[in-house]
Amino acid sequence: MWIDLAITLVKIFFILAVTVGFFAPILTWVERKQSAIMQDRIGANRADIMGFTALGLFHIMADGLKMFTKEDFIPQGANRLLHTLSPIIALIPAILTFAVVPFGGKYTMWGQEVNLVISDLDVGLLFVFAIASIATYGYVVAGWSSNNNWSLLGSMRTASQMISYEVAMGLTIVGVLMVYGSMQLTVIGAAQEDFWRWGFFMQPLGFLMFFAASIAENKRVPFDAPEAESELVAGYFTEYSGLKFGMFFMAEFIEMVTIGAIVTILFFGAWHIPFLSTATLISMFDFLGDSFANLIVMLIHVGVFFGKVTFFIFVQMIIRWTLPRFRYDQIMKLGWKILLPLSLANIVVTGIVILALN
Amino acid sequence: MLESYTGAAILFLIATGIAVGMVVATTILGPKREFADKMEPFECGESQIVSPYQRFSVKFYLVAVLFILFDIEAVFLFPWAILYKKLGLFGLVEMIVFLIILGVGLMYVWIRGGLDWE
Repeated sequence: MWIDLAITLVKIFFILAVTVGFFAPILTWVERKQSAIMQDRIGANRADIMGFTALGLFHIMADGLKMFTKEDFIPQGANRLLHTLSPIIALIPAILTFAVVPFGGKYTMWGQEVNLVISDLDVGLLFVFAIASIATYGYVVAGWSSNNNWSLLGSMRTASQMISYEVAMGLTIVGVLMVYGSMQLTVIGAAQEDFWRWGFFMQPLGFLMFFAASIAENKRVPFDAPEAESELVAGYFTEYSGLKFGMFFMAEFIEMVTIGAIVTILFFGAWHIPFLSTATLISMFDFLGDSFANLIVMLIHVGVFFGKVTFFIFVQMIIRWTLPRFRYDQIMKLGWKILLPLSLANIVVTGIVILALN
Repeated sequence: MLESYTGAAILFLIATGIAVGMVVATTILGPKREFADKMEPFECGESQIVSPYQRFSVKFYLVAVLFILFDIEAVFLFPWAILYKKLGLFGLVEMIVFLIILGVGLMYVWIRGGLDWE
């Protein structure tokens, strides 16, 4: 009982350290530096400690300090309570979705079974969708409570874009659920030990549609009409300053990590290494004793998992700085007229193929 | 059953703590220098001409209604998809009938221009 609770707490602090403590801050720097490289600029390099700049990495600290000490601004006529509440509503779901994301398999060490997921729910994927859609409220309330025309336009766009792509996203993963017969992310991950059983080979169209829909759900370029700088100033967070503004950005970066993690688990073999099964890997370290072998394999798997996640974050960044923004009617057209019928067709085709193979 | 939610509940509490702590910190730490012109909502340098709280396009409302319809259909598909291998041919035929009805609804909305944005 107590040892289970202790293990759960360790996993929670690991996840928080990796997402909130590592990925979210480092991605602010990566985004600036990568866009600079892609546009042939220098990028962030001015913040220094005693003349030492460390490739601009100190900008993370400088940004954090700046956000903490900026004036917290609430415009006249705004709803003060909702204006304060909305960044909280936006940030909590972003962190909470990680509760069901497995970052490794099951390992037995010193008589204790360790399952590398905070909450191994049998409705895992539904939990992710349910929690992620709560964030919509945060964005809509942010725009509505600001008493600002740009904010309200941005939040209306956010609302209809996010709910449109939620339909498409929900239908694109039905194919994956049919193939693996489970909604539990640990089961889906464990089923992909064989390289040719990876979700990408089972559902190539499903992967492309899910990736597009999830980028749209996160409102990043090319789907960033809700916060289009050149049209709406900054969209729903126009009237936000200081760390409240930073919280919306943090939520966006954490969601990028979530998207990377979900894509890795559903389509790219989760924590597995291609052509190297867990049993083979454990037998390679057998000379250290069973428990140590399991420990080393666990560390390798966690590393492989976050390596894949980093790759998909990188892909999202490349897309971000390569494509121009879509028009709003194009975004809605893609969601309703292309992704929705295609995902319905994908379900039928998957059903027929599975039936034919059995 | 409920025990598997323990971790998620703890994470929820910690996430709430982080979020609330950030808002409290930025409210306390930042300076407060308020004057009338600064407190106006941002409108590209102008004073606010119209209040944002007016009617907005009915399209957004329509999208919300369509979302409820299609998302409920998606929810019906989830349990079916998980049991699909056990249901076999029966499951496939039933779901194709269901998807045809769904598709007819989508076609109707499409033809009536419910999905068009000018």
